[in-house]
Amino acid sequence: MTQQFYVSPEQLMKDRADFARKGIARGRSVVVISCADGIALVAENPSPSLHKIGEIYDKIAFAAVGKYNEFESLRQAGVRYADVRGYSYDREDVTARGLASVYAQSLGAVFTAEQKPFEVELAVAEVGPSQADDHLYRLTFDGSIADEHSFVVMGGQAEKVSSAIDAGWQASLGFADAVRLALKGLTPAQEGEQPAAPLPPGALEVAVLDRLSESSRGSRRAFRRLNDADITALLA
Amino acid sequence: MQESTANQVAANATSSFTEHLQRDRPELLPFSRSLQGGTSTAVPVQVPHATTIVAMSYGGGVLMAGDRRATMGNIIASRHIEKVFPADHFSVLGIAGTAGIAIDLTRLFQVELEHYEKIEGTQLSLEGKANRLGAMIRGNLPMALQGLAVVPLFAGFDTSAGVGRLFSYDVTGGRYEEHEHHTVGSGSVFARGALKKLWRPNLTAAEALSVAVESLYDAADDDSATGGPDTVRQLWPVVYTVDRTGAHRVSEADLAAASRAVIEARTIAGREA
Repeated sequence: MTQQFYVSPEQLMKDRADFARKGIARGRSVVVISCADGIALVAENPSPSLHKIGEIYDKIAFAAVGKYNEFESLRQAGVRYADVRGYSYDREDVTARGLASVYAQSLGAVFTAEQKPFEVELAVAEVGPSQADDHLYRLTFDGSIADEHSFVVMGGQAEKVSSAIDAGWQASLGFADAVRLALKGLTPAQEGEQPAAPLPPGALEVAVLDRLSESSRGSRRAFRRLNDADITALLA
Repeated sequence: MQESTANQVAANATSSFTEHLQRDRPELLPFSRSLQGGTSTAVPVQVPHATTIVAMSYGGGVLMAGDRRATMGNIIASRHIEKVFPADHFSVLGIAGTAGIAIDLTRLFQVELEHYEKIEGTQLSLEGKANRLGAMIRGNLPMALQGLAVVPLFAGFDTSAGVGRLFSYDVTGGRYEEHEHHTVGSGSVFARGALKKLWRPNLTAAEALSVAVESLYDAADDDSATGGPDTVRQLWPVVYTVDRTGAHRVSEADLAAASRAVIEARTIAGREA
């Protein structure tokens, strides 16, 4: 007969958190930057079809790092939540705050109740009519939620990328500059004098939330995914 | 045990918003309610009805137009109602029949297409969209049998084939592809008569607009439930064109010009019937 060992709740939570952190740290980074033109979402992702960035609703986008199956199920749940809410109330009543709080509760429930916590970190971004109305939320594996300003960096090298972006961030950046800044942060620093080669468009996943999508594209859906040609043109 | 989990996950994986609602929130579906004590022998309830929709192909795409009247028995319920809606970037739908259910059904269809696009990361094919709409109309069959029918007309640009296509439906959800042009609603007979004489292959978008406005004018002339252009209130039909670049609403200024041209030509002709 096996003996059940006593494990203190502190130790249990710490083990779970360490497990989740390790899983997330293995992944490549994702950067979400609020700028003058809207919000730019940039991920290092060589796959053209398995996305880390997705559209949730008119003004709301989603970005994630970690295990694909876990954040993909969260993304789909988010799309369902937003569509049901928008359908039963009104499109205006779907907010990033509501979505982020649902995510926080789901992640928190999984962290404490399930066999294994989700090894994911999420960002929920909502573009507003002006930069002051932009919302960026960061959600971690244990259900913690943080309201961020100007930018969010998640994933393996988060601290290093974050400091690079912090140094170059300004409110007046356009999409081109914001994506360039994100690239600068994501490009691994080279040892020695040689500057690192920037990531090719094929290794990137870039999407934007246009602040003025109604007037510029005639669409209330602000989300726009950029393909390789769009990225090359934007950075040219 | 593992197999049942996999089955469960697969069964829950749906890209359809309607299926999701059927499973989790059936009370939100426009056609889920059964009428309390309603029998088919009862007098039909007095509810607003939306009327005439015309659609036609032209060189480069399809055009759909609807008048602005909703009627409730002999009463005009609305002079402003809009019955043609963009379904997504490359398709539009027009609705005739019970206005309340039709508008909710349109909203559901719009969310259905957008939901699929967001979940799957790609757009449904035009045939796929037409089939989904047919399934929704079939879902409304119990209500239709009690007198609350909805009959849509669906038009879109088939991006893979590079042509505009038209689909009509019956109350059982039957889907029929139409060629050249089609009309639905109470004034559809008169509008179709006009279209048969006015439509010809490879119209330009501007010619198609004036053909649509004129056929709606003829429908309004003979059908009391169809509203003609209202110069007093500046109300013109709602018209959408769908071409290679997507669905576009025709501007008020263009509609005013096309409507006034038809009225002027008829005034000069001075015919009685």
